[in-house]
Amino acid sequence: MEHQNINLKLKVWRQKNSTDKGGFETYDVKNISQEMSFLEMFDVLNEELIAEDKDPIAFDHDCREGICGMCSMYINGRPHGPWEANTTCQLHMRAFSEGETIVVEPWRANAFPIIKDLMVDRTAFDRIIQAGGYISVNTGNAVDANALPIEKAKADASFAAAACIGCGACVAACKNSSAMLFLSAKAAHLNLLPQGQPERKTRVMNMVAQMDKEGFGACTNTGACEAVCPKEISITNIARLNLDYTCAGLVSDK
Amino acid sequence: MIDAKIPAGSLDSKWTKYKSTCKLVNPANKRSLEIIVVGTGLAGASAAAALGELGYKVKTFCFQDSPRRAHSIAAQGGINAAKNYQNDGDSTYRLFYDTIKGGDYRAREGNVHRLAEVSANIIDQCVAQGVPFAREYGGLLSNRSFGGTQVQRTFYAAGQTGQQLLIGAYQAQERQIALGNVVQYSRHEMLDVVMIDGKARGIIARNLVTGELERHFGHAVLLCTGGYGNVFYLSTNAMGSNVTAAWKAHKKGALFANPCFTQIHPTCIPVSGDHQSKLTLMSESLRNDGRIWVPKQQGDTRKSIDIPEEERDYYLERRYPAFGNLVPRDVASRAAKERCDAGYGVGTSKQAVYLDFAAAIQRYGKIEAGKRGIEADAETITQMGKDVVKEKYGNLFDMYEKITGENPYEVPMRIYPAVHYTMGGLWVDYELMTTIPGLYCLGEANFSDHGANRLGASALMQGLADGYFVIPYTIGNYLADEIRTKAIPTDHAAFAEAESKVRDRIHMLMNIKGSKTVESLHKRLGKIMWEKCGMARNAEGLKQAIKEIQQLKNEFWSDVKIPGEINEMNPELDKANRVADFIELGELMCIDALNREESCGGHFREEHQTEEGEALRHDDKFMYVSAWEMKGEHEWEMHKEELNYEVVKPSQRSYK
Repeated sequence: MEHQNINLKLKVWRQKNSTDKGGFETYDVKNISQEMSFLEMFDVLNEELIAEDKDPIAFDHDCREGICGMCSMYINGRPHGPWEANTTCQLHMRAFSEGETIVVEPWRANAFPIIKDLMVDRTAFDRIIQAGGYISVNTGNAVDANALPIEKAKADASFAAAACIGCGACVAACKNSSAMLFLSAKAAHLNLLPQGQPERKTRVMNMVAQMDKEGFGACTNTGACEAVCPKEISITNIARLNLDYTCAGLVSDK
Repeated sequence: MIDAKIPAGSLDSKWTKYKSTCKLVNPANKRSLEIIVVGTGLAGASAAAALGELGYKVKTFCFQDSPRRAHSIAAQGGINAAKNYQNDGDSTYRLFYDTIKGGDYRAREGNVHRLAEVSANIIDQCVAQGVPFAREYGGLLSNRSFGGTQVQRTFYAAGQTGQQLLIGAYQAQERQIALGNVVQYSRHEMLDVVMIDGKARGIIARNLVTGELERHFGHAVLLCTGGYGNVFYLSTNAMGSNVTAAWKAHKKGALFANPCFTQIHPTCIPVSGDHQSKLTLMSESLRNDGRIWVPKQQGDTRKSIDIPEEERDYYLERRYPAFGNLVPRDVASRAAKERCDAGYGVGTSKQAVYLDFAAAIQRYGKIEAGKRGIEADAETITQMGKDVVKEKYGNLFDMYEKITGENPYEVPMRIYPAVHYTMGGLWVDYELMTTIPGLYCLGEANFSDHGANRLGASALMQGLADGYFVIPYTIGNYLADEIRTKAIPTDHAAFAEAESKVRDRIHMLMNIKGSKTVESLHKRLGKIMWEKCGMARNAEGLKQAIKEIQQLKNEFWSDVKIPGEINEMNPELDKANRVADFIELGELMCIDALNREESCGGHFREEHQTEEGEALRHDDKFMYVSAWEMKGEHEWEMHKEELNYEVVKPSQRSYK
């Protein structure tokens, strides 16, 4: 693969803290190897900003392997940038060409307040999990793992939903800032398994209630969430959630 | 001599006996006992969940924005357990033996046997929590072999085993948060341990969003803060992985054991340039099907596909006919380095070797054609073979292509070894307690179970064993004597003093206002460590490295440049705090490597090798854990913990 060094213009959202109004700043970045990752380009820019006694751009990142879910940039109007099924940290500069202007913003959603620059607060996701995203089993006396055979098709579907990395791209892409893809992926992961059955109804009721409380919007089946999901979580999970939610609402055990 | 407090009795009865004789805390008292857990990876999250379930009051801390981000999530391959579901002869003893041998006879028998014993419980527990492990069509769990073991004992969830296990532990932790037993502090970094009357009684943590320092009391403190691979700057660790919490404990008196034992993983994507910020691992499972080679001709500049078969050197198959491409990690890594150093490396940097799937594609293609009973042409066979490889390794191939821009179905992957895991860590006894009473260390952050080299699929096992099944027992043995200790108010002088020292250090860092960025200094530290304390070490290089690191430390503390303010989100300041600790650790690693005049596991001293270039252990002189006590700046004293092998008989490892 031939690589070149390219020059780019970056328009980046800068916001000192959660109360600051914020705005775009423009930066010229020169001589960027196309072998770099998108975040490595930010590293280079930040080193230059520090040398010029300017404040470097704050952004979330950790594993840089596409699995921790921490990186979160809205690049040219799309969460995680132009590549399919990809996270910001795995986006490489081959995706861009000489002279291009790239616009970088944080996730935008009322439930994800901005902390600084491109960093947002996603603790609302943790609270949705706290509302029911688990199976209530204490440590210690679980039965033998093979005592409970699970159909491979169901296990695979559960796994596909459990692949969610909790990055929040689905919320950022949604015109309603809905967290339905995130929530439904977790509900499907657990509700597709026999272990998840006892809490199936309360799980969806409580998680949806928490989502509403956090200020996420409603789902209007636009599908933008699925289109940008780095782990290709399917909106079939939202249909599964709606079914479980309806059943739970109609047939109460209490 | 330090005492590991290994229970008496036969190896397989020690843990059972310990569990039935250790002290217990009654439920009413548990409610008033507070425990601090730092780090929320597999060890921290599982410990927090298990202790919360028991009724203790738990506080958990992580520097990321959510406990679910911890780097355990990136583990790909799997988790070992002695379940013997495949009826292929596995047992607790075999898992114990493989781990001891894989660790090149530098781990404790008692700890490792306990690990093997609880391994089966981990799988049961995870399945009960809903961890979606891979399954067979009959609905039962699937296993694969991993890292060259002779049995199939590895449980997995595609290439995302770490993610699924961590999410399981995270959910268990979140459940305890919802129940009010655990309080989580995200975007918080521990910056000191608070000691009162010789016991760990709390921590000073910095809120990374506001920059404020906070005091937190605990009857006991658990450090579950992971490994220190980022001392090399480039590693497969996450960007934020650091040694700071463990290092603060070390400076307060906790011994640091075997710091030079680092694992270099053979199959990582090579460095592409100076901008490189981290390295990405390609799962070891690729070696099950990929063949590793370099050109036979030095400095060959032809493209891989233009080099004919007879001009390729499959050096692992040549050197190790019995294990071939499946030799353990340390052996495979050194062999790659040897070829590259000798001028046979490939790619633009010449610091890479090929991992080639062409033969596997043909082999699988032919099998498929046979299965379907068709006479296929070469093109169809290749296509069917590619489909099989895609099913097995598709996600890894996609990741490789994203990073390198090359299609590994068409051209061989380029790989090179990279720092991956650190076997060394805080010294702990059988109960996982450090040399500071009340201060525990779990998971990768401690040194206890992997000796000088960790086997594949054993890190996840150890993290969860420590958190779910060991600490709930051992901490009770300590806290049973603490039930009369009332929660100590955080206006106690010890908290005030610790906080003011942390504050002074931060101010000192911010006031240097020098000219060099944290990143540039960290890169230089990494270069020293990689070149002189990396895959191969020698006395001269290590002595030089110690001098260079001491000099770098002076430079750091006189010329580092940190932008921004203290009381705001300031990632550069966070990083500076961590790099300052890495520099001190780097010096200790070199001292330890210099002291250990033998080659074992991941530690290869060039002066100590066989005629064929294999690692040469000196069991007569170095059958011990080196546990270092900090005495002052640049000054450490070594304490030895002798390793007594009562059951296993150490032998020279051979994979020929």
